[in-house]
Amino acid sequence: MLNILGNPLDDTVNPVEPFLRSDRMPHIWCPGCGIGTTVNSFARALIDSKIDLESLALVSGIGCTGRVAGYVKLDSFHTTHGRAIPFATGLKLANPKLNVVVYSGDGDLSAIGGNHLIHAARRNIDLKVICVNNLIYAMTGGQTAPTTPGHATTSTNPYGTFEPVFNLPHLVEAAGAVYVARWTTFHVRQLARSISEAFQKKGFSFIEVISPCPTLYQRRNKMGDGLDTMKYYKEKSKVKHGAPTSEVGLTLNGEIVVGKFVDRDRPDYQTMMRAQYVETLGERYIEEPEMECVCG
Amino acid sequence: MKADPHGVLTGTHFLDGDHACCEGALAAGARFAAGYPITPSTEIVERFAARVPTVGGTFIQMEDELAASIALQGGVWGGAKAFTVTSGPGFSLMMEHIGYAAMTETPCVFVDVQRGGPSTGLPTLPAQADMMQARWGSHGDYEIIALCPNSPQECFDLTIKAFNLAEEFRVPVMFMMDEVVGHMTEKVVIPPADQIEVTPRKHTHKSVGDYLPYATNGDMVPEMAHAGEGYKFHVTGLTHDERGYPNMTPQIQDKLVRRLQNKIRSAADRICLFEEERLDDADVVVVSYGITSRVAQRAIDAARDRGLRVGKLRLITAWPFPEKKIADLAAHVKAFVVPELNLGQMVREVQRAANGKAKTFPVSHAGGGVHNPDEILNAIVEASRC
Repeated sequence: MLNILGNPLDDTVNPVEPFLRSDRMPHIWCPGCGIGTTVNSFARALIDSKIDLESLALVSGIGCTGRVAGYVKLDSFHTTHGRAIPFATGLKLANPKLNVVVYSGDGDLSAIGGNHLIHAARRNIDLKVICVNNLIYAMTGGQTAPTTPGHATTSTNPYGTFEPVFNLPHLVEAAGAVYVARWTTFHVRQLARSISEAFQKKGFSFIEVISPCPTLYQRRNKMGDGLDTMKYYKEKSKVKHGAPTSEVGLTLNGEIVVGKFVDRDRPDYQTMMRAQYVETLGERYIEEPEMECVCG
Repeated sequence: MKADPHGVLTGTHFLDGDHACCEGALAAGARFAAGYPITPSTEIVERFAARVPTVGGTFIQMEDELAASIALQGGVWGGAKAFTVTSGPGFSLMMEHIGYAAMTETPCVFVDVQRGGPSTGLPTLPAQADMMQARWGSHGDYEIIALCPNSPQECFDLTIKAFNLAEEFRVPVMFMMDEVVGHMTEKVVIPPADQIEVTPRKHTHKSVGDYLPYATNGDMVPEMAHAGEGYKFHVTGLTHDERGYPNMTPQIQDKLVRRLQNKIRSAADRICLFEEERLDDADVVVVSYGITSRVAQRAIDAARDRGLRVGKLRLITAWPFPEKKIADLAAHVKAFVVPELNLGQMVREVQRAANGKAKTFPVSHAGGGVHNPDEILNAIVEASRC
């Protein structure tokens, strides 16, 4: 058995450890938080899918999940609030050989970054987006997010929320994503498998991971601690592969539909760009940027 | 190193400032741009969109200026030289990412073809009212470099300079055009590629194990690596140490932010470019920049014809402000006349640098046109009498 770096497996070392910046531990996430669990699944997906780590870049926005970029031993970018996707777009276009992952939270990706989310899906930029959805703004103290289920109590809706919410799988499918899945942090193996599958897709892939925030969401809504949330996820999750995304919206205490909802093919942005230029410019089109000339 | 000939349109052309700026960017090696349409800057990226697929590079029109101003930085970390172009309202939206570029030391160029403001203001008419925003628009303490061309030829030449400074200092460079310079058409000479100096990226030569992304090794500007090269580095807009890791202590904040300032301030003499004329016997100096410098020229010539001892200082570099030059002049002259297409921005810097040793006479104009040279001449006459 080899570890993620191709070295013989040492069973005294956690197999995902070589993937982490262990010199930055302990991390900032609270006990019972699900973000670390998602990183574990992500690391295992990298092991399983044998992705070349040197060609893998990870981009985060701001927030609790935004800190993922700081803990992974990859070329990693902790960008500004909501802008992980456009940064990743520039990175991918400048160096098409990179595999680019966007790893961020629901507030970052769907509120302040919502415009970028839908346009990247529309363009079908070849990005793998992992959206950890803890249903709240956690880093700033538990404010209402576009994903906070109706009637939940938050610090900015102390009498309960009443705004309609975003159903993220439905949103990104409508905008054009080629791969859409949802799991919870209870579904660690399924999540790792979905991430591996997304790496096989060319185009905009979106994986939502429902994740607890025991400190701010579960506590305020009297949903117990991290373990209680695992029990809730186990009992209330229903695997429905191919479920119509219009029917997978989340409620405060209701069923959580999980599974792979969308898996389709359409040409990604760079494929379409290339085809258009070849058709219109012919031999005048120079495809590869000559990056060597930039460096001294 | 010399320019990549693929991007250099050698020859004598009849171009407007916007198009010349685009050719300057291509000659400087820009192979990635992200933009969002806004008058009067759009022609720059329109030309880039037409030209760049034939020289090996990419243009993407993003969904807004927030996206454009960070996508270009993704492009830089992917290995490209990159820029974006905009005008006032878009420049306002880009401020957060100018801060991000300053903090992460991402070499890049922001072109602002200035129009009248505030808000939507005068979309098709000139102003020079973003000069302080270029310097101070993002939050926190940082330094940038800003250049002000006054002709299509300079839009070409100084765009190359802007890219070179961005690479040398790993800093966002503001290219402060105005609507008139952007839309005026004049002769532009583009030299052969082997006569164009371009500054390469300050790329590390260290091995993967030895590389610290924000270690400065004594010269204040750290070495860079690109994604995909095996360095597995971390970049963050948080206050960070030499490893690039977040560090929230006042000590690291002080060390980092002072270095971000000092790397520019300590080189200010070298960065500051200006054009001077008839300063030897002058007792009044007209300080101007951009399109206003060309209007001022006429006023200066008219004043000389009347026997007034007036000289010209044209700022090519606005930021860092050439305070030493102003201070030196203030010791010898009576007054500075500062015409600009705003209600008094750079004049405050002139006043600060003159430090009471010479008077300052602003000639303000809210934008929408250029000064009547007589307004500047009247100020020169008044200043000569003080």
